[in-house]
Amino acid sequence: MERTARARELRLELSILGVFIGIFLIFLIGSPDTFTRFDIYYSFMSTIPFSGIMALAITLVIISGEMDLSFPSIMGFSGWVFAKLSNVLIDSGTNPNLTILLAALCCFATGIIAGYMNGTLVVKVRIPSLVATIGTMFFWRGLVNVCGQGFGESLVPVNETFLFKVFVGRLGGVVPAQAIWFLVLTAAFWLILKRHRFGGHVLLVGDNFESARMMGIRVNRIKMIVFMQMGFFASLAGILASLEVTYLWPSMGEGYLLRTLAAVFVGGTSVFGGVGTIFGTFIGAIIIGSLEGGIVAIGLTGFWTQLIYGLIIVVSLSIYSYFRRRE
Amino acid sequence: MRMAERNNAQTLVSMVEIQKSFGKVNVLKGVNFEVGKNEIVGLVGDNGAGKSTLIKILTGVHQPNEGEIYFKGEKITIHSVARSRELGIETVYQEQALSEQQTMWRNIFMGREITNRFGFLKVEEEKKETEDILRKQMGFTSKAITTDSIVKSLSGGEKQGIAIGRALYFNADLIILDEPTMGLSLAETRKVLDFVKNIKEKGKSAIFISHNIYYVYPVADRFVILDRGNVAGRFLKAEITQDELVEKMVRLAKTGKMS
Repeated sequence: MERTARARELRLELSILGVFIGIFLIFLIGSPDTFTRFDIYYSFMSTIPFSGIMALAITLVIISGEMDLSFPSIMGFSGWVFAKLSNVLIDSGTNPNLTILLAALCCFATGIIAGYMNGTLVVKVRIPSLVATIGTMFFWRGLVNVCGQGFGESLVPVNETFLFKVFVGRLGGVVPAQAIWFLVLTAAFWLILKRHRFGGHVLLVGDNFESARMMGIRVNRIKMIVFMQMGFFASLAGILASLEVTYLWPSMGEGYLLRTLAAVFVGGTSVFGGVGTIFGTFIGAIIIGSLEGGIVAIGLTGFWTQLIYGLIIVVSLSIYSYFRRRE
Repeated sequence: MRMAERNNAQTLVSMVEIQKSFGKVNVLKGVNFEVGKNEIVGLVGDNGAGKSTLIKILTGVHQPNEGEIYFKGEKITIHSVARSRELGIETVYQEQALSEQQTMWRNIFMGREITNRFGFLKVEEEKKETEDILRKQMGFTSKAITTDSIVKSLSGGEKQGIAIGRALYFNADLIILDEPTMGLSLAETRKVLDFVKNIKEKGKSAIFISHNIYYVYPVADRFVILDRGNVAGRFLKAEITQDELVEKMVRLAKTGKMS
């Protein structure tokens, strides 16, 4: 077996592609009517990007050797900031275009600050990230509950704005803008991970923290940035998901955690850090995101979804583990 | 005599009357230690002799309680690991120097990547330089080892070679090898010794730390023997055979004296 990085990646990416094609073949055979028409793909394109974008960001976190369980709560809270601020500004007579811009900026800032908090707890206070982010997961979700008192926020007042179209408009009337964002961000993450010094440092820090530190990489700074970008993209997902339905549910983000992580691991990124693939996460997110719709479309009841999630995850992880052992 | 040595143009680094204690334990009790330009010094001694403490002072990990350090004739203080690297002192550690799951080229340029001004890597350039280091500088001939190989797939000796090659590429004047052959097979040890000879050929200096004289003897020019925080002996290779050196070490271990 060839032992170059390229060969290793190719094996991994071909296996995930194989799983992907296999699943869609089953869908096609099981329900040709549904899967030869555009509608189901339209629905995939409008829903998958929310967790897909967060899956890209958490991939970097995992490669750096850390974990973040708080991103769905950050998505919820920063989304709430976005929606609440939008309504407050509209009510005070602000122009809708300016409103959504200011609200979005505050939302991003919230996400980045939340990520900064995670980073500080891990890097400075030295709490293992798995534990620290359990804490912040409850904290941010709790803050939504306290601030929102269980009430949602309508986003209808901003749905005629320019930024609304940028975030969740329909390109040419058919392609959801969030799908374009997902594609563009996938390319950007790939470029950062493979071709930028920062991505290289993320790999090195996750692989061997001590050696990276001794070779002069500012390891703590890298970890801080990794957590902060996670917070940022969670807030972006919050904006997209709430604008798509022009309503913010105070429970937004719940249910995203395990499915997003599943997308990353089904995609072939190692839980131990140091290696990972953006392409894999992209495909993984599509697989996980399309399963539920696909399962119902081929005539099984919704009761089957979790069982099949489980099967796919176990089978794909077994394939990767087999390759890793042979390396 | 000390002054003369310190100012000698042939001296790269000179540590004078270094004392270091941790709490009440005196680990170094006034050690004088020099490394000449293009000289390989074997630093030998049992566990607890103070070898690694002495080296950690040189690499900025510890600060001495007393004593002075001169580098290229100038008095310096080495307050951090980064500072010692700036000066041109590189350490090759047993396990910690490389990232196992990464490619060769990423390892060579770890922390010193070639980038454009936006921070994007010039991957082709890094690979080309890595190829040069592998083939020309280190003499790897095997087609199985490429710039894109994962470090995990290399043998222990080859990994040490990569770390040494990296230090040479970045123009380290002094390379510190901390037990570089520990845990390696005979064949692998031989490879490492060849890489150490490379340092000499490139005109650079090295400190080779080991408790095994058989490994140090063939490559070192001079030996400094540490014992319980003191220098117990200094020998030029020309003055002493391997067997005599071993005999002295055995006597030192038994009686606390070299002769």
